[in-house]
Amino acid sequence: MKRKTIIGAVVALGVVGIGFAFWMMWRPEIAAVSPPQSAGKETLDRGRRIVEAGDCAVCHTRPGGDYMAGGLPLITPFGTLFTTNITPDPETGIGKWSLPAFERAMREGIARDGHFLYPAFPYVHYRKLSGADIADAYAFLMSVDPVKYTAPENHMVFPMNFRALVSFWNLLFLHGDPLEPLPDRSAQWNRGRYLVEGAGHCSSCHSPLNLIGGEKSSELFNGGIVDGWTAPSLRGMADAQHPWNEAQLVAYLTGKVAEDHGAAAGPMLPVSLSIAQLPVEDAQAIARYILDLKKTSSDATSPPCPPAANPTAKTLPGAALFEGACASCHSSAAPMRTLDSRPALVNTSAVRADSPRNLIQTILQGIPMSTAAASHYMPAFADSLDDTHLAAIAEYLRNERCPTRPWTDLDKTIKSIRTQE
Amino acid sequence: MITLDINGKTHELDIPQDMPLLYALRNQVGLNGAKYGCGLGQCGACTVLVNDKPVFSCLTPCGALAGKSVRTVESLGSADIPGPLQKAFIDEQAAQCGYCIAGMIVRAQALLEANPHPDDDTIRRHMAPNLCRCGTHVRILAAIKSVIAQGDKV
Repeated sequence: MKRKTIIGAVVALGVVGIGFAFWMMWRPEIAAVSPPQSAGKETLDRGRRIVEAGDCAVCHTRPGGDYMAGGLPLITPFGTLFTTNITPDPETGIGKWSLPAFERAMREGIARDGHFLYPAFPYVHYRKLSGADIADAYAFLMSVDPVKYTAPENHMVFPMNFRALVSFWNLLFLHGDPLEPLPDRSAQWNRGRYLVEGAGHCSSCHSPLNLIGGEKSSELFNGGIVDGWTAPSLRGMADAQHPWNEAQLVAYLTGKVAEDHGAAAGPMLPVSLSIAQLPVEDAQAIARYILDLKKTSSDATSPPCPPAANPTAKTLPGAALFEGACASCHSSAAPMRTLDSRPALVNTSAVRADSPRNLIQTILQGIPMSTAAASHYMPAFADSLDDTHLAAIAEYLRNERCPTRPWTDLDKTIKSIRTQE
Repeated sequence: MITLDINGKTHELDIPQDMPLLYALRNQVGLNGAKYGCGLGQCGACTVLVNDKPVFSCLTPCGALAGKSVRTVESLGSADIPGPLQKAFIDEQAAQCGYCIAGMIVRAQALLEANPHPDDDTIRRHMAPNLCRCGTHVRILAAIKSVIAQGDKV
């Protein structure tokens, strides 16, 4: 009798468990539709603005590939993902997706056929968008040229190749409703918050991630690492030792050279080119919101660097390499410095940063020609300078700016970046 | 003293560490193929090979070249016996003023040594850092493609 009770309990638990797992990991398919009629120009213009603000094309267009056709590899700690085709091709894109299917993907990370999308697709942020904005973005995406293209297979490590496990991740990280404006803040600040926390999904890169790839909510906007580049902390920029003002940040965000600071490079360059497509009021709103992000009391603050550049740095071996490789554009007497208020290298974020990562990356890869400002360009030095020269140049620049806090991890950082190339 | 390995020959030069390779090539060694265009790494007229990779010699300090091999356009052939790319550039008349051509040939050489059958898109992307202000790019592409089509070893 007792034994039967135990067996009965185990069976019941098993049934409940299976039921729970099924409820957690199963999502219904949403019926296929024919691609909708093209929307009016005003809807499409609004949709384009959301899609640019959301940087959709930055990931969903591979280099040399068709617009929004996907295929860009995203290298994560859990394997490599390839972005998908979000053109309205019915077979390989999202042409069969209805607006409710699209909205479910944007808010819950579920594809039309019911499978879980990986959170590299920032639905945790897109869920904060208004319904009207999601509908406009849908209308715009349905209006781009359909392209027949299927991205390569993902290579995720076990057990992450089992998509339904994302349902447990969602339990931890997927929450919050569409953002409502805060009544005590200005319309510009609220617009900035909506763009930064919603479509712009800035904290996806600019926050540290925990072991399972979720943004650490206690350290939001405190900076992270993406594609081997430092995504710096967005907190305290207005009160930093070398502060940013709104005009500088708007220039930076729209792909131009920010006076006294520098220009977007690495993974931020395509983002800035997207923001440059938006009305300038949007860039101003983003800047306003970001400059209002304060450091929290628990945030680490590095001691300041000496106010003046260190003249004795000129005796370091890197100084001669700098003269031969960099000075024709970056010396204080270089004509190139007179263009677009290009900053002295010692003032750039890359040289002031606690980590040498972005300086090394910029020297190795350069900055490609961009459409926003010709003065942005920098050639790549990966093939002409080896690791010891890179280290010497970085040591020289850092010593000139901040001799009190030298970079101690130069060789290690260079090696790790080179092996990722 | 700085030791440079240029086109297979060793040169001992009394020059400062910070001298760009281009100046040493032209002024000390007497190799005038590589040209001074912008001095900023924006035009590619000064392109040479360092350890088989194309670099802007105007931005490569001689002090960074210890133990590396430098090759210039002069190593690819002569006026009497032009190399495959040089011959193709002549056959296609892929030059107008000619100032950029040494850099163009050297950059193309690096590509074909690493990848003898690049597609059009690869050629265009690889050649993008080098500019021709006369607008000869179409003939330059034709010259590179004729070498690929003939299967000549560069």
